[in-house]
Amino acid sequence: MLKIRRKEYAALRQHGEETYPHECCGVLLGQMPANDNGVRTVTSVARAGNTRTDSAHNRYNIDPKELIRIQREGRERGEDIVGFYHSHPDHPAQWSPTDLADAHWVGCSYVITSVEKGKAALTNSFELAGDGEDDKKLVAEKIEVA
Amino acid sequence: MPKIQIPTPLRQYAGKQPAVEVNAGTIGDALSDLVARHPELRRHLYTDEGKLRAFVNVYLNDEDVRYLQKEATAVKDGDSISIVPSIAGGLN
Repeated sequence: MLKIRRKEYAALRQHGEETYPHECCGVLLGQMPANDNGVRTVTSVARAGNTRTDSAHNRYNIDPKELIRIQREGRERGEDIVGFYHSHPDHPAQWSPTDLADAHWVGCSYVITSVEKGKAALTNSFELAGDGEDDKKLVAEKIEVA
Repeated sequence: MPKIQIPTPLRQYAGKQPAVEVNAGTIGDALSDLVARHPELRRHLYTDEGKLRAFVNVYLNDEDVRYLQKEATAVKDGDSISIVPSIAGGLN
């Protein structure tokens, strides 16, 4: 399950509206599950640039250098990377084969917001489950907005 | 000693540590020392053929080692090495 405050939830949805008709992307920072309860808690979100300017309407990619900076700034606040978000302009909030093939952060959340005609619609979250590249899968998880 | 930052998904294979100090003079040595200390990391970082997986980016401080001297890139005390699995995706 992904636990996120209303402010951060609104921020990631708004990001998708701002970049429409292109995909937005960003990083979820907070705390990984401390025990077996499986709850990832988001305490801040960081916007990232989409480096796929060649195909930004249907692809996203975060520059590793930007991620290192976001990771470092999070670490200074006691936060870890717990997941990522991106938008699907005029497309359902469901993961695609590309999303699964390009997902490598096992145990993290991948949040997808569908943006329909410029307005954020549904937001879903999927945990990248499995033990590695060979058996990874994106599994729908509950989002608790508090 | 140089320090390798471990991304959250791989920490479970590195004694749950966020960073591991290694004895190394190059990036290649650093990664070898890391997997020697934490053998479970090997299959997550390398293919069966022993090549670093394509989606695994390795940065020395803020530089991609692919644009330096790759595994031969020199490292020194105080350097920060980051392992960054790529973050990408999209429709279709």
